[in-house]
Amino acid sequence: MVNRVVVGAGYGLKDWIAQRATAVVMAVYTLILLATLGALGPSGFEAWRSIFSNGFMQFMTFLFFISLFWHVWIGVRDILMDYIWNDGLRLVLMIAVVAALVGYAGWAAKILWRL
Amino acid sequence: MADIAIKKKRPKNLDLPTIRLPLPGILSILHRISGAVLFLLLPVLLWLFQQSLASPETYAVAKALTGNILVKLILLGLIWLYMHHFCAGIRYLLLDLHKGIDLESARLSSKIVFGVSIALTVIVGAKVLW
Repeated sequence: MVNRVVVGAGYGLKDWIAQRATAVVMAVYTLILLATLGALGPSGFEAWRSIFSNGFMQFMTFLFFISLFWHVWIGVRDILMDYIWNDGLRLVLMIAVVAALVGYAGWAAKILWRL
Repeated sequence: MADIAIKKKRPKNLDLPTIRLPLPGILSILHRISGAVLFLLLPVLLWLFQQSLASPETYAVAKALTGNILVKLILLGLIWLYMHHFCAGIRYLLLDLHKGIDLESARLSSKIVFGVSIALTVIVGAKVLW
């Protein structure tokens, strides 16, 4: 075990769990999508669209996107903490990443809800 | 604070070109690189997804774009990065559960990750891109 001085802050357990929980959601979705692609083999616009336009896949795809953006936040934050040592620059980059991801979430909702 | 003093005496080798990473190490850094690249290309991928679903006209635009051999190869590369991240991620989930943490199994499982992710890339690429 690692000897740590307790300082009262969290040690990132919540993020650690979130990273893995979102990974499991995305892995399950990936398998569902691969199976769907394999079974249907969409050959045109209607077939391709029909994969995502039914209620179940619409829900699952949106869940995938939300998991993806949350997962990306934890991963990119780790990368920034490892390589960007200037506190100000790191903060700016983190804010930019969060802003982009929130925007992507809205974008993904727009794509799926117009189907 | 005895352990801090010990920590400072540890030898460090950060001369990257002289470091020969074992396969699990290559898997690990590729896991990070693939995640970063996929993150940076998210707007492009979301845009392509949007075009493919919005209308028959935009679908045709996406189809024409992905008909370009260069675009096809880039997408194939991205599918590989996704599949690598996916397979390596499953390996890490198993390691979290203390499955396969001895050296032999860890080396074997990293070989499996490379094999399976490349096979999946070929299958998905053949199905979706060609």
